[in-house]
Parts: sequence; C-alpha cells; structure tokens
Amino acid sequence: MVDPVYLDYAATTPVDPRVLERMLPYFIKTFGNPSSIHHYGQQAEHAIETARETVAATLNCRPDEIVFTSCGSESDNLALRGAALGMREKIGTNQIITSRAEHHAISKTAEQLARHYGFRVSWLEVDKYGMVQPESVEKMISKDTALVSVMYSNNEIGTVNPISEISSICRAHGVPFHTDAVQAAAYLAVGAPSLGVDILSLGAHKFYGPKGVGALYIRKGTPMLPAQTGGGQEAGMRAGTQNVPYIVGFAEALRLTRGECEQRTAHVHPLRDRIIGTVLEEIPDACLTGHPARRMPNHASFAFKDVDGNLLLTLLDAAGFACSSGSACKTGNPEPSEVMTAIGLSRDWGLGSLRVTLGVGTTPAEIDLFLQTLPGLVEKARSLK
Amino acid sequence: MSGGVDSSVAAALLKQQGYEVIGLMLRLWSETGREDSNRCCTPDSQSQARRVAAMLDIPFYVVDARGFFYSTVVQSFLDGYTRGVTPNPCLVCNRLIKWDFLYKHALALGADYLATGHYAIKQKTETGTWQLRRSVDRSKDQSYVLHVLTQEKLARALFPVGEHPKPEVRDLARSFGLSTAARADSQDLCFLAGEDYREFLRRNAPGIGRSGPILNRSGQALGDHQGLAYYTIGQRKGLGVASTVPLYVLEKDVVRNTLIVGTEDELGSTTLLANGINWIAGEPPTGRFHAEVKTRYTAKDAPAKVTPIADRKASVLFDLPQRDITPGQAAVFYMDNVVLGGGIIE
Repeated sequence: MVDPVYLDYAATTPVDPRVLERMLPYFIKTFGNPSSIHHYGQQAEHAIETARETVAATLNCRPDEIVFTSCGSESDNLALRGAALGMREKIGTNQIITSRAEHHAISKTAEQLARHYGFRVSWLEVDKYGMVQPESVEKMISKDTALVSVMYSNNEIGTVNPISEISSICRAHGVPFHTDAVQAAAYLAVGAPSLGVDILSLGAHKFYGPKGVGALYIRKGTPMLPAQTGGGQEAGMRAGTQNVPYIVGFAEALRLTRGECEQRTAHVHPLRDRIIGTVLEEIPDACLTGHPARRMPNHASFAFKDVDGNLLLTLLDAAGFACSSGSACKTGNPEPSEVMTAIGLSRDWGLGSLRVTLGVGTTPAEIDLFLQTLPGLVEKARSLK
Repeated sequence: MSGGVDSSVAAALLKQQGYEVIGLMLRLWSETGREDSNRCCTPDSQSQARRVAAMLDIPFYVVDARGFFYSTVVQSFLDGYTRGVTPNPCLVCNRLIKWDFLYKHALALGADYLATGHYAIKQKTETGTWQLRRSVDRSKDQSYVLHVLTQEKLARALFPVGEHPKPEVRDLARSFGLSTAARADSQDLCFLAGEDYREFLRRNAPGIGRSGPILNRSGQALGDHQGLAYYTIGQRKGLGVASTVPLYVLEKDVVRNTLIVGTEDELGSTTLLANGINWIAGEPPTGRFHAEVKTRYTAKDAPAKVTPIADRKASVLFDLPQRDITPGQAAVFYMDNVVLGGGIIE
C-alpha cells in the first residue's frame, strides 16, 4: 500500500530533517543535565540558553521571557493557571474571559479553574466565522478580570482573530492578555510586542519541529505562578529537567519557519484556494467553515449537510487521503464539536465537518487527485446515512 | 473486529493468505451510563481491536451504528416482548447490522468481501451457487444466526475461522502473537451489558410488566404472573405457583394477558410454522423434504419433515415432540450440515 496523501498539517507536521540534524548531538554526546555544575551540564545549559536566544530573536522579545514546556497544551495550562493564580495573588481578581471556540487546552483548563479554584469564567461568543469581536471583549472586561485568553487562529476552522485589537483593549484595562498561537505560528507573525500580547503559547510540532516540546512567552512583569513546581528550572516557572534536544529542535524549527514563512505561504495559499473553490463549486450542500479571507493560508475547512464526518474521513483514508474533521473521533462516537456549535451550525451540518490542511510537502498533483476523489466520497457518505 | 479472539484471528489469517485487509469495528448502542459494559464495543475491546489491527499492520476504523442499531435491533427486541414472543436480536443484528449496514460500509470502502469471526463455512456447489455449512467445531457453530444470508451476501462473505476448532483458533492467536488470545468468549446479548434481560425490559419498556393470571389447560387459576415478557416457553423456575408436580410455561396468551402452565407431559409440540424464510439457495427445495431443524441457537437438531408453502413460509412436522418451540426464535433447516434456510417461529 502506498502512503496516503497527508492533508492534516494542522494536526501535526513531519520533523524538518534540518531540525533533526540539530537535535541529534544532544542525545548521546552532549547529554548533560542543564542544572549540573560540571562541564556536561554547562554544555547542555549553553544549548538551551542559545535556543532561548534564538526563540527570543524570532519573537522579538527578551530571552528571559521564554519558558520551555512539553507541548502547546502545557503552555496553555501554564498561561491560564499561572496568570489566573498570579493575578489573584497580586491584585485579587477572579474573572477569566475566554472564547467559545478555544482549543480544549484552554476551555477545559478554564472550566477546572472555575469548578475547583473559584474563578468565574465568562465566555465570549464568536460570530458565524468563529471570530471574536473586540467590542465583545470591551463589553465583558471588568475590574475583576484576571486574564483574557483568545486564540490567535482556530485549529478547526482556520479563522484568524484580531489579536492586536483585543490586546489593546486588555492593555487599556491593565488586564493580561494570553493568546494560543500554537496553530498560527506556522504561518503568521508571532512577534510578541507587535501583537501586544502578554502571554503567548507555542508548540513545535505544528511547524516541523518535534512533538513533545512547547514554549510560553511571558512578558516581563506579568503576574505568574508556576503550574508545575519542583526544582526551579525555567526561572521557577516550569520545574523539571529540560528536554535539551527537543528544545534545540524547537528553536531551530521556529527559526526556519520565520525565515521561510513567505515561501511556504506562497506554496500552500493557491492550493488552498483551489480546494475551497472546487469544493464549493462541485459539491452540493457544502459550506466553508471559518472566515473566507481572514484564515490560515494552509487551512480549508468545510461542513457537508447530512454527512457523517467520521465516515467521510474513513472513506478518504481508504481512498488514500489523510484528513481531519471538527468532530474527529476514532471511537465512533461523533458529536458536533463546540466550535461547530459556536458558529451556529445545526447538527445535520455540524456532524459533517472536514478539515484539509496543507504543508510544505503538499503537491499540486495531490490536490488534483484529492479534488477528483472528494465529491464522489461525499456522495457515498450521504448514501450510507 | 470486536477485540475478541475470533475476529482477530480471522483478520490475521486473511492477512497471512495475502488479502489486503481493513479492520472495521461496529460501535453499537448502549444504555446511557452503561457504555463500559456493552460486551462487544467497550473502550477496552476497542483498544484491543486497535492493537490487533496495528500489530497486523492493517487500517482500522470504527463505524458508528448506534442509532441504526437502536431503531432496528433494540426496538424489535422491545416490540417482540411487547407482542408476547421471545425475540432473538442476534438474528436482526446479523441481517440488518452486520450483513447490511456494515456490509454496505465495507463495499463503500472498496472491499470485495466482508469477513467475520463467525464459526461457519461457505462453499461453492457444482452449479456455482454458494452454500452455508456448519463449522467444523459443532460446539461453536454459528451457522444458525447466519441463515439470514442471501446468495449475494454469501458470495462476498468470508469466515476464516470456520474451518478451525476453537482451541486451534486460540493456538493460532498465540502463534500470531495476538494479545487477544486469552480473552474470554463473549456471552449473552451485547446491549444487556451482562444483566438479566428482565431488568433491561423494566427500564426500557416499563409498560411491559402488566401482571395477569396464571392458568392451567383446564382454566383453573393458579396464581398471578408479573408480566408475560418475563417468562419463556418451557420455563420451570420462578413461576411462584405452589404445586405438587413441577409446572412449566406452555403458552403466553397475549390477548388475554394470561400465562398457561402445565405438567411436563403437556409440554412440547410436534409442529411449528416458520415465517419470513430466507432460503439460502434463493428458492426452497421442491416439495416436502426431510431436514434437521434447530429451533434455538442452543437447541439440538431434531429430525422433521419441512413443507415449504407460499409467502416465504414453511410448516414443520417433527418426528418427536419438541419441548421448547418458542415463537420469536428462528427455525433453521439443515441437511447434511448444509444450511438450507430458516425463518421466525410464529
């Protein structure tokens, strides 16, 4: 069997061989614990501090504003839990504002902070494109607000939020603003000061780095408590021996992504537009989910009426195409995702979602093949309903 | 693939024989809150099946059949008990879920065959038609529930474990290194989650437990029953009737909501009428024929004369009286281990 065509780059990406190359010496040769006093430790420490500088240069911030974590979800957890508890300790505020279309790493953490830590969560509604309106933040923000968290771009439907506008509102009220940039970092500018954010989450495997490493930008002066306590690594913000090779890989992947962002965008953007155009033209009862223009350049997402999205993914896989869906669920228990519900899709549309995300390995021939195959499979899925 | 040993070995055998294999698992309906006990699609059996598929290096997909399973299998189970018969949901599941819903999904995925872990054998006759035969392991034989297969379905069916006795299947599982080798055989109805069906009926068909009189053949009142659905033809225990001789359920009179009981020698009948018969060859044999007839999945075969009549019916005359002919179960006709067909006992 030939490998299926991979059209799920928003789920994860292959590691760039150049990144892997950079990581390899830190498994066997330069294996020390960065906290050790001796030579081995110093070498390892040098590696992660160099990586931190590289990341800081890309984000246009100070190295001591970068905390390495184990993944994007951990970064989100640290951001929410850390800032909420930090603000409560410092100012006594108790309200967390976040949107209805966030990744579970945010929404589930917010729910736990509400249920077990006594915070009050206010949920921002999104428009039909899944976008947060800055005015709604202005309306919701209060003297009691500890933190606002709004994702940079949406993983399911690709919509890019007006982050700068939201961050100026937060700044005007003196409220820390966090953005989950895990998806966005692969294509969008993540310069922290220009975005105006106080906290920003990243995960390496979305931009050709390895799985199992993430980072959090925390603007100096932002009240923060650690979410994981212990040996005081990462300036006390994230205990645990640093994952040296992966941190090196993270930095290299991010550096390459910044440098090659324009050409990667130029590669995927026209292919994505062809997918959107053809699908909407050729498949009946199909709609684009997410914003038509303000969306990730590699991201096409759809809803098909009266289609079991899970079954469509199964048919696609068997036909040689690896895609994803908003209600993706391997266990055969599909429910429309919160995002599909938040953008107002009814159940007969919301269950039939499809996400097609492109990357550096995507070829025009693959997209041709995909577009020849998809309409028939949607029809097949409908006939099995 | 259920995560059990039979379907796992079936997949492994096919892979070994050079087929391109896709693993499919049905997600079936469970009562809310009892999803973990449904015997064929718990999260545990699913991860077992997924492991096996990964070891065999075959794709694996879960097909959501919950809604359809409820509206067909579970609903007909509840309806059957409401009508006073003892339904066999496995027959409905095989006909509508496995060999229609799943079958169509398999074909949509590009498959040429649908293989299952059933213990049965399919064989081509000299005239090119397909026969369904009992498996070599008589104690595990599942040809009874497969009598619903048509020529079209049978042509595209594969039963890789049907040629092997169960102990051999376990050995095969071990030799393939499958983690499911030691898993216990599944029992009972999947959606009952190991519970007595009466409890399930109490929760899901509350109107069903209408009590009424227990009478003997001469019309003498002996006590009250708890609802006809809770009794089965031939049942002896749990009647709650004081008697010097053991009493058995003879009949359930739904119209008068009456349970008829009697002594052992009153039990049994030499005739039955079967409805909605599927003749596997497509046509019934011409005229009356001798066959071995099985009236329950666990019943022994009984020799009988079968007369096919119009409208996919047949009347059966047993050589000896049969004790537990139960409306709602299937009567399946065998000749020399070949399944000729079967239908539901009226």
